Order: sequence, then structure tokens, then C-alpha cells
Amino acid sequence: MSMLLQARAVSFRRQGDRIFTPLDVDLVAGQAIVVLGPNGCGKTTLLRLLAGILEPAEGQVQRHAATAFLGHASALKGELNCRENLEFLRRFHGCPGISSSRALARTGLTGLGLRPARALSAGQKRRLGLAGLLVAPRPIWLLDEPYASLDDAGGQLVDELLNEHLDNGGSVALSTHQRKPLLTRAARELQVQRAEQEEPA
Amino acid sequence: MNLSALPALLLRDLRLAVRHGGESLMPLFFLFAVLILVPLGVGPGPNLLASIAPGMIWVAALLASLLALENLFRPDFEDGSLEQWWLGHLPVTGLVMTRLFSHWLITGLPVILFAPLAAQMLYLPGEALGVLILSLLIGTPILSLVGGLAAALTLGTNRGSVLLSILVFPLVVPVLIFATGAVSAAADGFSPRAHLGLLTALLVLALTLVPLAVTAALRLNIE
Amino acid sequence: MIWKTLKVGFHRLGSPPTFYRVSALISPWLWGGFALCTLIGLYYALYVVPPDYQQSDSYRILFIHVPAAWQAMAGYIVMAILAVIALVWRIRTTEIMAMMCAPIGAAFTLICLATGSLWGRPMWGTWWAWDARLTSMLVLLFIYLGIMGLYAAFEDRRKGARVACILVLVGVVNIPIIHFSVEWWTTLHQGATIRFFGESTMHYSMMPPLVWMTIAVKLMFGAVLLDRSRNELLDQDRRKGWVRQKVGEET
Repeated sequence: MSMLLQARAVSFRRQGDRIFTPLDVDLVAGQAIVVLGPNGCGKTTLLRLLAGILEPAEGQVQRHAATAFLGHASALKGELNCRENLEFLRRFHGCPGISSSRALARTGLTGLGLRPARALSAGQKRRLGLAGLLVAPRPIWLLDEPYASLDDAGGQLVDELLNEHLDNGGSVALSTHQRKPLLTRAARELQVQRAEQEEPA
Repeated sequence: MNLSALPALLLRDLRLAVRHGGESLMPLFFLFAVLILVPLGVGPGPNLLASIAPGMIWVAALLASLLALENLFRPDFEDGSLEQWWLGHLPVTGLVMTRLFSHWLITGLPVILFAPLAAQMLYLPGEALGVLILSLLIGTPILSLVGGLAAALTLGTNRGSVLLSILVFPLVVPVLIFATGAVSAAADGFSPRAHLGLLTALLVLALTLVPLAVTAALRLNIE
Repeated sequence: MIWKTLKVGFHRLGSPPTFYRVSALISPWLWGGFALCTLIGLYYALYVVPPDYQQSDSYRILFIHVPAAWQAMAGYIVMAILAVIALVWRIRTTEIMAMMCAPIGAAFTLICLATGSLWGRPMWGTWWAWDARLTSMLVLLFIYLGIMGLYAAFEDRRKGARVACILVLVGVVNIPIIHFSVEWWTTLHQGATIRFFGESTMHYSMMPPLVWMTIAVKLMFGAVLLDRSRNELLDQDRRKGWVRQKVGEET
């Protein structure tokens, strides 16, 4: 059981106001955390804090392994085709995994390799984003609403990929409010609570 | 730190520039628009044109560099690519430098390549041409650096473009003065060394400080 | 150790309610001092100092022009120091104060340019000359405007302040370079540079009004800075408990 990511009493402030009550997060190899909470409570902010994109206003985050973050925007270039997008991610993150063609096949995008990413549907873009996780595999996955705009088969695909990732010793934190992941292992749930506006010290 | 990210980013940026086609050639069109409009505006007299040639070419280079700044970081900011830079295993300042370098390749280099033609069109004396090209080689990277800083600062605002010009203009005053000073000196038969030396000092200063400031500004803006 | 004490001190003073209270105490004194110094300064400037044998009475605009020019530059230094504190220690009050320096500094720069232009008309026969100081001042005005524009362009004012503080520091490196380059440029392009004080040295009788006016302007800068910062803080925190409490006390 190796610790991949450790966060202690982290929170973030916008315009000086704390967004959510400080949280502890431990990501252990082979374990998943489902981040829950109402809209606007700071789930995305928490994941971005864990990813290192935001610097915590309070508390500390320690990452012991390479991190992947998949947000609302899938970090794809519409002018490039699917294969070019994947090849870029593969080289950019410097941890090559399976080939682009296999990643496309695995995510149900077979035959779309030469299509520009802007011509994809919302669901297909999500799938391409997931394929990006496969071509540049990193132990820590931080997924913001991975089920958004995916059909049932897409949701199942996410579950399968999560299970494989956990079996390979990876770790996942994901936020969701449509469907809960169906995993072979027990996932911990983490409730994010909007912070009460406190008095400035 | 994964250094292979730098060539990967550079190649993708250049590929995107090629895909954009006409848009990437805008700086060059701009240069020639200025070069054709100025003689039409001030008259075709060779003496007058020769005396304003260094300034005109440099102002055109400056405006050309300004043109592409709005899209230096914004598309990456909007599609979520930019925040990926901070995942921890990437050399962020290196990525910033790479992005600025590709901006220079797209806006600065074409101007340098066409400078001999521009110099001919404005009757710049032959002995000043070498100094003009040298001043562009040293000076246009500063324009990319300073412009990149302004682009990074205004990234989180929604009226970036006007603000961008206001921020860039005061910061490039010294570049314009030393660069055109060098070319004018050479055209008048004086040594351009002092000007070029100062311009080089500016480049070194900008190269050391700007990437750090850009990184800090981007970081604040993706919050 | 000293840094730690300083930091704790700044944080205490930087807490919004404390700043609100302390600035409310200090600001009237600064305004009072400003009024007093201005009265003395103007009395000297308009009645005591004899007219110049070359410029007659028009040179008296100097007693506004020069203090304004000095304050335009001193204001930038104050802003830069506040910006460093704001970026290093992340104290919100200093962020706000740094941002509030910009419009005041810009106003003094504008006063300096306007009075210089008015003075230039009778002296040089032109409203504007590409003199090194004038050009530097114009560039300084644009830097101030850029800082104000950048701060105003952000919806999140905290973020805007922090981003604009970076620009303030970039300006600190750049302003001396700009000044130097412009100075060099004018000596290259102009035969004889027009200078404000020309060859003649200033007569000693001109010193007292200049000193009084300079002090007056500095006190005014401080007073306006405190008042503006207080208002901005109140506006930003209008939904916070401490402001409600204050408003409750006062009504």
C-alpha cells in the first residue's frame, strides 16, 4: 500500500473567502475516492488543488507520483486530428503508454484517427480525453466529472478503465453527480462542504 | 522534469500555425502594408524615406509582433491545455520560453527575412542594412518577451486586446530607441556599437526576468 | 528576526478592521497638515518670492509643477514597495493600497504634464516638446494607466491586484531604463535640449515655498491613499461581518 498523494487540511480562497471547509485526502495505490457535493461547493477546485494547478491557500499537498488531470475542457486542439492530439500528449507528458491507435480502439474511436478534434461530438471528445490518459499513463488520475456527456456505453467504458487503472496500482479521485462508478473495489466517498463565511482574523 | 515536452510543444505550436495558414502570415502582410502606405502618405522622396526607414521598419516589426499576442496563451487557456503545464512533472518556465520562441519564429523571423526587401523599398543606405538586420535579430526577441508578458498579465481579463497594447507600448520604448538609433547611426556613418551593446543588455535582462514574471502571471491567471 | 516582527506587524495592521480604524485616525491629521502647508507654501509662492527678471510671474507655476513631478515618481516607489509586500506576504490591505496608489500617481503625472505644458507655452513658445523629462513623464502616465486598467479588468479584484502588482514590479525595472533611453534619444535627436532650469541656478528665495509645497503634496498623497484604500476595503468587504458591525455602530 503505497501513498501516492497526501493532502492535509487543504482549502482555497477566492476573493479572500474560503471555498470549502479544509479537507484531508489520502490517495493510496489501488484506491479510488469519489468526491461528492452540491453544485458550486468546490469539487473542481479541490481536484485542481490536488493536481497542483492551484496552490492551496491553507494546508499542504504532497504528490509522490506523476499526475493526470482531466477537466471540463479536455485540453484538445480542434485543428489537430485525434491521432495528432494523442501523439502530442504522449510526447508532452514523457511517459509513453499504449500506442495512439490502440488507445483510440480502446475508447471506441476506431476509424476516427484522422478526424479533426473539433468535428467530434461532446461525448467523443470526452472519449478522446480518456484515450489521452492511456497514451500517457500516470499513476494518479484526477477526473472532474468523467461521466459528463457520455452515453451508457461511455459510462461503462469509464468504469472499465478505472478498474484496470486501479488493478495496475494506480489511484483515482473523481467527482461526479450523475452516476456513481461501479468498481470492483470499494471506493471511499469524500463529501465537500461549502465553507461558512468566517470573520477575517 | 520531462524535457522532451519542450520540442513536443514547439512542434505542435508550429503545426497549429501552419494549419491556421493565412492568420500566421498576417504579421508579414502587416509589414508590407506599412511599407507601402508610408511612401503613399509622406511622398516618394528618397531622402525623406531613407531618413525615416529605420523607424518605419521597426514600428512595423513592433506592430506585427503585437498582432499575434492576443492568441499567444488564450486558446490554451480556454481549452484547458495551459493548466496541464502545472501538473508537476513539466518544466513550466521552459514551456513559457518555448512558447515565446515559437511566437518569435512566427512574427519576428519573417520580418528579419524580409528586412532587406523593406530596406530597398525605403531607400535605406546599403551600409546600414547589416546593422538593421542585426538590430532586428537582437531586438525582436525582446518584443516577443515583453509582449508575452503583457499577454500573460491580461489573460484572465475579457477585454485583453486594448489593454495589451497599453501595457506593451511603454515597455518597448527603450527597444525602439536603441534599435532605430543603431540603424540611424550606421546610416549616418557613425558606429552603432553603443546602441547595439545596450540593446543586447536589454535582451539579456529580458531573457532572465521575463520568463519568471510570465510564469507567475500565468499561474495567477489560471486560478 | 526583524523580518518576522515586521511581517507580524504588517499582518496585524493589515487586518481590515484595524486598518479601517487606524487609517480613520491618521487621515484627518494628514489632511490638516496638507491644508496648513499649502497655505504657507502658496503665501510664499504668490506674495513673498519676487518675480523672475526673465519669466516675470509665469514661473510661479513651478511651485505646483515640481512637487507634482516629484510625487508622481515617489508615488511609484511607494506603490512598488507596497506591491513587494503584497506579493511576498500576501497581505490584502497592502494589495489594495498598492492599487490605490496608481490613480493618485497618475493624477500627479497628469498635473505635472498639464502645468508643464501651460508653462511651456510662454517659455518655449510651444505646448509640447519632445524633451526627455516630458517624454518620460508621458510614458510613466501610460504605465500608471496600464496598471489601473489591468486591475479594473479583473472580476476577482484580489486576483486583479496580484496580477497588477507583478506589472508594478516590471515597471520598477523598466522605468529607469525608459528614462535613460529617452534621455539618450533626445540628446541624439535634438541639437540643444531644453531644460527646465536652464543655465541659471535657482534663487535661494524660491526654496521655502518649494519645500512647503512638496511637504503639502506628500501629506495629500498619504491622506488620499488612506481614504481611497479605506473606501475600497469597505466596498470589497461590504457583505462581511465587520463592515456590518461598523455600519451598525455608526447609524
